[in-house]
Amino acid sequence: MIAELGLAALWLAAALAALQLFGGVLGLRPRGEALAAVVRPAAVVQAVLCALAFAALIAVFARTDLSVALVAKNSHSEKPLIFKLAGAWGNHEGSMLMWVMIMAAAGGLIALVERRLPERTMLATLAAQAFVSLGFYAFLLISSNPFARLDPAPLEGAGLNPLLQDLGLAFHPPTLYCGYVGLSIAFSFAVGALLTRQVTPEFAKVMRPWVLGAWIFLTLGITAGSYWAYYELGWGGWWFWDPVENASLMPWLAATALLHSASVLAARDALRAWTIMLGVVAFSMSMIGTFLVRSGILTSVHAFAVDPTRGTFILALLAIYIGGALLLFAVRAGSVAEGERFSIMSREGALVVNNVALSAILGIVLLGTLYPLLTEAFGVRVSVGPPYFNPVSAMFFAPMLLVLAVGPLLRWRRDRFDRVQASVVAAAVAGMAALTAALLIGGIKLLPMIGMGLAGMLAVASFLPLKGRSLRRLPLPVWGMCIAHFGMGVALFGVAADSAFTQERLVAARVGDTARVGPWTIRLASVSPVAGPNWTALQAQLQASYNGHAPHQIEPQARTFWTPPQSTSESALLTRWNGQLYAVIGGEAEGDRWQLRLWWKPFVTWIWYGGGLIGFGGLLSLVGRVSGDLKRRSVRRRHAERRAEATA
Amino acid sequence: MTGAFKPKHQRLVLVVIALAALIAAALLAMWALRNQASYFYVPSDIAARPPAAGRAVRLGGMIENGSLKTRPDGVTIDFVVEDGKARVPVSFTGIVPDLFTEGSGVVAEGSMQRDGRFLATNLLAKHDENYVPRELKDMTEAQKRQTVAEATR
Repeated sequence: MIAELGLAALWLAAALAALQLFGGVLGLRPRGEALAAVVRPAAVVQAVLCALAFAALIAVFARTDLSVALVAKNSHSEKPLIFKLAGAWGNHEGSMLMWVMIMAAAGGLIALVERRLPERTMLATLAAQAFVSLGFYAFLLISSNPFARLDPAPLEGAGLNPLLQDLGLAFHPPTLYCGYVGLSIAFSFAVGALLTRQVTPEFAKVMRPWVLGAWIFLTLGITAGSYWAYYELGWGGWWFWDPVENASLMPWLAATALLHSASVLAARDALRAWTIMLGVVAFSMSMIGTFLVRSGILTSVHAFAVDPTRGTFILALLAIYIGGALLLFAVRAGSVAEGERFSIMSREGALVVNNVALSAILGIVLLGTLYPLLTEAFGVRVSVGPPYFNPVSAMFFAPMLLVLAVGPLLRWRRDRFDRVQASVVAAAVAGMAALTAALLIGGIKLLPMIGMGLAGMLAVASFLPLKGRSLRRLPLPVWGMCIAHFGMGVALFGVAADSAFTQERLVAARVGDTARVGPWTIRLASVSPVAGPNWTALQAQLQASYNGHAPHQIEPQARTFWTPPQSTSESALLTRWNGQLYAVIGGEAEGDRWQLRLWWKPFVTWIWYGGGLIGFGGLLSLVGRVSGDLKRRSVRRRHAERRAEATA
Repeated sequence: MTGAFKPKHQRLVLVVIALAALIAAALLAMWALRNQASYFYVPSDIAARPPAAGRAVRLGGMIENGSLKTRPDGVTIDFVVEDGKARVPVSFTGIVPDLFTEGSGVVAEGSMQRDGRFLATNLLAKHDENYVPRELKDMTEAQKRQTVAEATR
């Protein structure tokens, strides 16, 4: 019954999306006001219906209703409740329902609160949002119905991939999806502005908080996903340039570029067409990522089902939406009048460098991700990994960071270098100091060395814009910018330190043996079997002491799940402020020995602290912008009231 | 330097710089892809035209029965990957994946050494039904040996 209710809610929501589309399109025509009036309510009700459908899916998973095919395929009655719930989106159909729900929620939210744009642009935007949603409703209802029944119902479910039975899963996909799908708003705004030719600073100011919101979710989602891969996969790496990771990085790169170009449009009325283009590209990257992940052309832990019809379906959607938007852009971009001019030596100039570099990196990642698919069409199998991605993207990343040290110090429109010279020298000195320190330590490869120099420079440069300003009166968005840029430096230092200083030991140890890795001495105290709710494991007790301090106990496990039958290795981590000890237990070796893999990873945690800081900076900026808008709105209302009183 | 240009020219200069940077990125990426992509080999490919020593490649095939040996250190293994036509000796130091046994398929990432051994830095194996390296999946589905034969064609 619950499943049928969910399905009905979904169909109704799809019908409302159709209404929203037609209301928006017809409402744009002369004398269409009556139809235009349905658009906002349709968007809001649609969001509520989608939320109901999603709640219905959660409910059938919570009760393990095995007569629902999706539950039978992906869940099991003997699974902890939190993983039953998380299992609702740990599969293809459920995750697509979440996609559609977030998309409807985003559309409903702008329909409810956004009143600053000209009403015609709003209508076109909501129509575009409905048009995109409709494709995904069709995809969900026709080829991926999450509520399909199974008759007869099986006695027990097939279980959830153990790699996904982790608390990280409960939060990682929803966060990432809020980011991916939140970018659909930027896409719809861009299309709406193109349709009504209203590309103005006001438009950028309206779009910016929405992009910022999606970007924060993306940032945190990528950071969390990277940490999940790091501790759950047991390989000790935090980024594999796996196509699925790239699929999340590409929208982030585009959205980061969009945030920066939108601030140029908002402040200076320049980069009009380019900002619109980025709005289209950012969500296109989200859709391409979904296609890559869900179509099954890439096999990975994220490819739930290999189903060619689904791949074709998403490919068709991609062609319609991306192709359509680009075509519209090509037709209309010429009529978006040229924006304000600026000198190369200006804030705008620096932001253009940021945009070009981010676009170049985006192109490099996209090419590297698609290259194996291209060559496979010609019968050559290749894989593309760090030897390609690291140096090639660094070639654009490093100059971008150099400009980042200077850009925020420059004035809009036109500036002179000698005005900021002192600050630049301070940043350069910090960078050179870090570089020299790295050189003195010695034995560090070129890329990590450059990374450390840049990180040192950023640590100082990101706070230079505060110089000479009253800290108490500083607007929140400026704080946000400084903290996000500083976070970039922190993350970069973590990355560089991890690749420069990581030490690895691989040993076969008897119980009672000790092994050394970096400053750590690790003693294998015992190996014993343990059992969990749906797994058994071999667990090693390791006593790890740092430089002869009192030992801490850590317990890595080699787990065996039985539904579905599979093994995972649960790494054990010991975190200090200056790094992490990472331990994995492998198999049994001859002579009662156990394989242990130990890493000492100095400052590796700074990667995720940095990611968190970047997200936090975004959040500060968002809070600042939204509260500023609300304040202006209430001031305007008071003025209007006073004027009304005066005339009365 | 900026004073030398009129605003309109500056705009043009910006566009030209941006385009040049993007084209440079594309060329650089294509060049790096040709040089850095790691190609997939089966043992008979390696016998016919061996990759340069030290170049990162992937080797796929069957683990020869009776060839798997562990060295005294307990963490280094030697085995032979074959495809029915040729054999390649492989060494690997590390924790092997769960489904790594003689007679089953494997994809090894690593490089050929001057002495003709393949030094593997990573072994890809089947994690579960939903997560199978592409090459391995084909092997298990299409009766492993035939697929290896197909790949050599």
